[in-house]
Amino acid sequence: MTPLAGYLLVAALLFAIGLAGALTRRNAILVLISIELMLNAANLNLIAFWRYGPHPEALTGMMFAIFSIAVAAAEAAVGLGLVISIYRHAHTTDIDLMNRMKG
Amino acid sequence: MGMIFYVIAGLTLAGGLAAVLLKNTVHCALALTVAFAGLALQFLELDAQFAGFAQILVYIGAVAILVVFAILLTRGSETPKDGVFSRTWLAGMAIAAAVFAVLGWAVLGSTQALPVPGGAPTAAPTATVMQIGNALMGRYVLPLEIVALLLTAALIGAVIVAMHEKAGTE
Repeated sequence: MTPLAGYLLVAALLFAIGLAGALTRRNAILVLISIELMLNAANLNLIAFWRYGPHPEALTGMMFAIFSIAVAAAEAAVGLGLVISIYRHAHTTDIDLMNRMKG
Repeated sequence: MGMIFYVIAGLTLAGGLAAVLLKNTVHCALALTVAFAGLALQFLELDAQFAGFAQILVYIGAVAILVVFAILLTRGSETPKDGVFSRTWLAGMAIAAAVFAVLGWAVLGSTQALPVPGGAPTAAPTATVMQIGNALMGRYVLPLEIVALLLTAALIGAVIVAMHEKAGTE
C-alpha cells in the first residue's frame, strides 16, 4: 500500500464515520459535528493529493484546503446559530421532533 | 508508511468514532477536538505546515469552542430519554458502510491510476508561508476576496439568526 492510498483510506473511513453520525444522531449539534468531520476528511484528501501529486510546487491542493477550512468555519458559525434559534423556538434540539416547516 | 502514520491515524479515527458514538454531548465535543488535533498532525506529517497550524487555529481554537457554547446554550448535555440515536439508525449505518466500501474499493483498486505510480516522490515539497502569501495575493486573489465577503456575510448572518427576538415583535 502506497502512502497516498493509506491517507486516502483514513480519509474515507473518517468520512464514513461522519456520514454515519450525520444520519443516525438525534441531536442537531451532533449532526453538525459529523458534517465537520466529513469536511475534514475531504481536506485530508486534498492535502494528501497535493503532497504526492506530480506538481506540488503549484500549491493547488494546499490552497483548496485553506479555502475549505475558511468556508467550513463560516458554515459552523451559521449552523450553530440556526440550532440556537431553533432551540429558542421549539425548546428542543432533537431533529426527529422537528417535522414542521410552519412555526 | 511508518509507525507515526499508524499512531496518528488511530488517534484521529478513535477521536472521530468517540465524537459520533458517545452519549454525553460535551464528551462528543471533546472527542471532536482530539480528532481535529489528529488531522492537524496528519497535515504536519504531509509537510503542509501552514494548513496544519490553520487547522489548529480554526478548528480547535474556534469551531470546537463554538460547539461547546452551542451545547451549553441549548442544554444539549442532558441525555434524552429515548436514546441518542435516531429511529432509522440501522439504515444510516448501512448507508455509511456502503459509502466506505465503495470509497475503499476505489482507492485500493486504482493504485495504477494514482498521480505518481511508484509511491511518494523522494523530496518533500516546500511550501513556505511566503510562497503561500504570494499565491494568495497573486493567482488566488479573487477567491480570497470572495472568502472575505463570505466570512463577513456569515458573521452578520449568524448574529442575526441567533439574536434574541424583541418582546414586541412577536
